[in-house]
Amino acid sequence: MVDQDLEVRVAVDVDIVTARQVGRRLADAAGFTATDSTLIATAISEVARNMLTYAGRGHLRIRLVEEARRIGLEIIASDDGPGIADLDQAMRDGFSTGSGMGLGLPGARRLVDDFAVVAPVGVGTTVTMRKWRVRRDA
Amino acid sequence: MTVPILKQGGFLIASVQDAMTDGDAVQLQDDLMQQVGRFRSRGIIVDVTMLDVMDSFAARSCRAIAHMTRLRGAVTVIVGIQPEVSFSMVQLGVTMEDVLTALDLEEGLQLLAQRTRGEAGRG
Repeated sequence: MVDQDLEVRVAVDVDIVTARQVGRRLADAAGFTATDSTLIATAISEVARNMLTYAGRGHLRIRLVEEARRIGLEIIASDDGPGIADLDQAMRDGFSTGSGMGLGLPGARRLVDDFAVVAPVGVGTTVTMRKWRVRRDA
Repeated sequence: MTVPILKQGGFLIASVQDAMTDGDAVQLQDDLMQQVGRFRSRGIIVDVTMLDVMDSFAARSCRAIAHMTRLRGAVTVIVGIQPEVSFSMVQLGVTMEDVLTALDLEEGLQLLAQRTRGEAGRG
């Protein structure tokens, strides 16, 4: 049985690819559709890149959450970076303090079912995301 | 992982293998820009059939390639975006409206032939 609770450290761009491959493998093993697997991998890619860009490094915990009627794939991306001063602004499309055109957080949010950000300034950022699938035998 | 770039007549064809890192994407931009100049290419195909994820960085890279190569007189077509990837991109909000796309390599080459036809040859 595939390992259901995995940790990926992110410090260089190659790690972003690793993180999304880990997510995809777990999603596939848990029976998510190809489309949902891709959404999960893409969401992981977005938050992992944010982490690299703003904090330089961080880690992702990727695990399955089992409930009676449904299975969830949970991603907790955390770093010890600068945090986010204005979370409202960061969650608005098009906003970016980095060199990109934004989309990192609001984009990722659109790909998953549950999404939460805790990012106290000077402490770090933690993004929690979950994608669910209904158990077929529920 | 370097993206292989093939020269086919006046066109360049870059076939992205799976798992392109950010560094690979930047390298691809540089390589294409160089080769457009060296071979006086009129058209470029970037084939992303093998990509299982196109996130905002990958989309930005495609747009950058399309814009930069246009400034050097070439047309770029992105081909082979897979169905699940298309769906994710729309959900994510990366539209790439200003980038030419085609279903696959064959259609991409047809599009390039149309777009570059009738213009004075060079080189």
